Amino acid sequence: MKNKKRHSLGQLLLAGPYTVWMVGFIVIPLFLIVYYGLTNKSGAFTWENITAITSAVNMKALWLSVELSVICTVVCLVLSYPLAMILANSKMKNSSLTAFLFILPMWMNALLRTLAWLTLLENNGVINTILTKIGLPTIHIINTPTAIVFGMVYNYIPFMILPIYNVLVKLDKNVINAARDLGANAVQTFLRVILPLSIPGIISGITMVFVPSLTTFAISDILGGSKILLLGNIIEQKFKTANNWHAGSGLSLVLMVFIIVTMVISSHYEKDGESANVW
Amino acid sequence: MPNKLLDLIDISKSYDGQTVLDEMNLYIRDNEFLTLLGPSGCGKTTTLRIIGGFETPDTGKVIFQGKDITNLPPNQRDLNTVFQKYALFTHMSVEENIAFGLRIKKKSKQYIKDKIDYALKLVNLDGYGKRDVESLSGGQQQRIAIARAIVNEPKLLLLDEPLGALDLKLRQDMQYELIRLKNELGITFIYVTHDQEEALTMSDTIVVMNQGYIQQIGTPEDIYNEPQNAFVADFIGESNILDATMIEDKLVEILGVRFPCVDTGFGTNQPVDVVIRPEDVELGKPEDGRLRGRVTSLIFKGVHYEMDVMANGYEWLVHSTRMFPVGEEVGINVDPFNIQIMNKPESEDEEAQSTDEE
Amino acid sequence: MVKLGKFFKGLYVVLMGIFLYAPIFTLIVFSFNAGKSRAKWDGFSLKWYAALFQNQTILQALYNTIIIALVSSLIATLIGTMASIAMNRMKKLPRQVMMGITNIPMLNADIVTGISLMLLFIMMDFALGFTSVLLAHITFNIPYVILSVMPKLKQTDRHVFEAAQDLGATPISAFFKVVLPDIFPGILSGFLLAFTMSLDDFVITHFTKGAGVDTISTKVYTELRKGIKPEMYALSTLMFVTVLILLVFINRRRDRQNEAQKI
Repeated sequence: MKNKKRHSLGQLLLAGPYTVWMVGFIVIPLFLIVYYGLTNKSGAFTWENITAITSAVNMKALWLSVELSVICTVVCLVLSYPLAMILANSKMKNSSLTAFLFILPMWMNALLRTLAWLTLLENNGVINTILTKIGLPTIHIINTPTAIVFGMVYNYIPFMILPIYNVLVKLDKNVINAARDLGANAVQTFLRVILPLSIPGIISGITMVFVPSLTTFAISDILGGSKILLLGNIIEQKFKTANNWHAGSGLSLVLMVFIIVTMVISSHYEKDGESANVW
Repeated sequence: MPNKLLDLIDISKSYDGQTVLDEMNLYIRDNEFLTLLGPSGCGKTTTLRIIGGFETPDTGKVIFQGKDITNLPPNQRDLNTVFQKYALFTHMSVEENIAFGLRIKKKSKQYIKDKIDYALKLVNLDGYGKRDVESLSGGQQQRIAIARAIVNEPKLLLLDEPLGALDLKLRQDMQYELIRLKNELGITFIYVTHDQEEALTMSDTIVVMNQGYIQQIGTPEDIYNEPQNAFVADFIGESNILDATMIEDKLVEILGVRFPCVDTGFGTNQPVDVVIRPEDVELGKPEDGRLRGRVTSLIFKGVHYEMDVMANGYEWLVHSTRMFPVGEEVGINVDPFNIQIMNKPESEDEEAQSTDEE
Repeated sequence: MVKLGKFFKGLYVVLMGIFLYAPIFTLIVFSFNAGKSRAKWDGFSLKWYAALFQNQTILQALYNTIIIALVSSLIATLIGTMASIAMNRMKKLPRQVMMGITNIPMLNADIVTGISLMLLFIMMDFALGFTSVLLAHITFNIPYVILSVMPKLKQTDRHVFEAAQDLGATPISAFFKVVLPDIFPGILSGFLLAFTMSLDDFVITHFTKGAGVDTISTKVYTELRKGIKPEMYALSTLMFVTVLILLVFINRRRDRQNEAQKI
């Protein structure tokens, strides 16, 4: 009896701080968004903050956000899969080092790296200077949605490479051999065995790229020249410039619907909530 | 001339300058159960992978049913493999796993269905078709892996330590199951294992390998009773391996004592290795033995007693149904037929072959 | 055929490498630029490195960044490790509920986490400033610690803890002598992960900071419009090199540990 009491006391001391923290800093704040989103400044219930999404400006921002993040996710997937496959199959002894090299850029301040793309992509930037020198036509993508997608892909592609690489590298080589042994050619082996088995990695990569690119405001700020507004930009302005937390929360709730849908889809595929652990 | 189903000619393979197989020659007859046996790193798995098409040999040819298939990819070879740890497709059900090869070959739905039913019955997993492969036990997964391979009606089935991941009891059951399957299907098996008991139980022919060289090819009885060198003798079962001198034909000197034997053709006064199985060492009264020794340890093993006997500086391992207590002086005799004489390795290469890694 | 395939594979890896490293290379190059331009090369100079150590606001931001990263990841490691040990012993349902909530800050968009915390501080009349940023960082750091420690705890054999007690250790000393060393790699990697996440965070800091308090990230963001000072390039170059050395060191040590385990 006494022992059990002591055990539960220890349990309480260990779990207590985090439980309090979790409720106070994760659960309650989320409800605050709901509360602010569904009330006006005088504290009365309203749908206004939510329905505000239907205004022309907000609608445009929302669809642009969805469009760009979908494009970004697709581009990331198309670029990452072959890379992850090459890295996973490379017989190099330190393929972990190779993977490490593709994650390393993440440790330099993301805003500065994005800014460096501005330097490179500007109309009079480094790339165009080089292109002019070798007599090629210059590119003019800065301050366009293309530049924003470019920045998103650049920022978030490691989150796609890593989970796919992790799945592929753990794939039992003999499973692939078995498919070949049973008569499948290289294409059939890829489509029927390798691809289906790497779906958990793909899904986790899609989530990890789609959510941040759907909600970004910094990348569009830097590479879109503050002329192109994504939903993230509008929410950020509502909070930081207009100080209208009710309107901002309302739009955030709309954003959260998209995030939750993504989460539900991805949790359906994920077997054991494994995250891409770099260390 | 035996009917050769598969013929390996002068196969060599090395990785990063390390020779794994050195000019290996081996053939397998139709409907044979051939086992490649050896310690890890002996080249047995590489041999199997070369036959399966997962590795290309550096030199040499693989002839299968009279055709050179050395450079043919695995999917175009009329043989199938049962992999180590099964290598099942975890994203497919049991049925889909078994149907994989048939679907690739675009067989009719009805044909595939019949084949699945037949294969599941054959491996005693009737009614498991809809199951998720990961929900099955190791033994069941093993059966599915076999079913998946045999529905394609290969002429030759390669098995890469298929029972390695199973526990002892299940392993023994599966050994009999495999022999039954082979007899029912009438296909040729090449089986890779490092377990000598498994090899002795199941095979028609055993190929003992070490460090990329074939040490001996023979029936289980040959391999056990007449090992050709110290490596084989040591690897297959327990034995007493002693340095000896071949005085003349049919006479060998072991530990300074002359023993009559039945081997001839080793020359005179030649150093040789001698193998005597522990069950062939006869103990008796000290005055009756060619050698005298003293029992230093005694363990009851159920079927027999296991004793160590120190005689002339060598500790003999003896299995006997007669018990001699520790400390007792005994005489040692060996029947001439039970003394197996082997050439000592001559070249350095051969020396390397006879080092045991396990 | 095979060689051609190999060539294209290599080429692809190199091109992707260039894509990922081009901006970093650009920043490093322009940190040595004699001119102020971030597009035109005016000759080699170390003047921005000198200027960096004179620039009080940037140094203050660096100081804030490091202190917040260090303190928040330390506190998160403590709370997170304790919570992991407790959760490991919980029944399935409460554990799943807690893990579910733990996953929220990791899976949720940073902007949502940021504004939810901002609303909390506003609601509680808690002044936005250094402390609010610190609290926010602890919040999003704890999940990284838990996610690093939990798998190690699951691997740890329960019987080891019991064996230590069987040999006469009290539960507490058994924990410190046996369980803790076993899960320490997980704790360390959780701490390092939390530290880097904190160091790299912009969005959550942006929403929970008050006027006058800046980390490197928010400083860059406010400077974006006014034009970035090249001192920033110098600073980020120094930080990148530091992190690079640190990571290489950690990776090599881990590789060596793996080697040792193999033997």
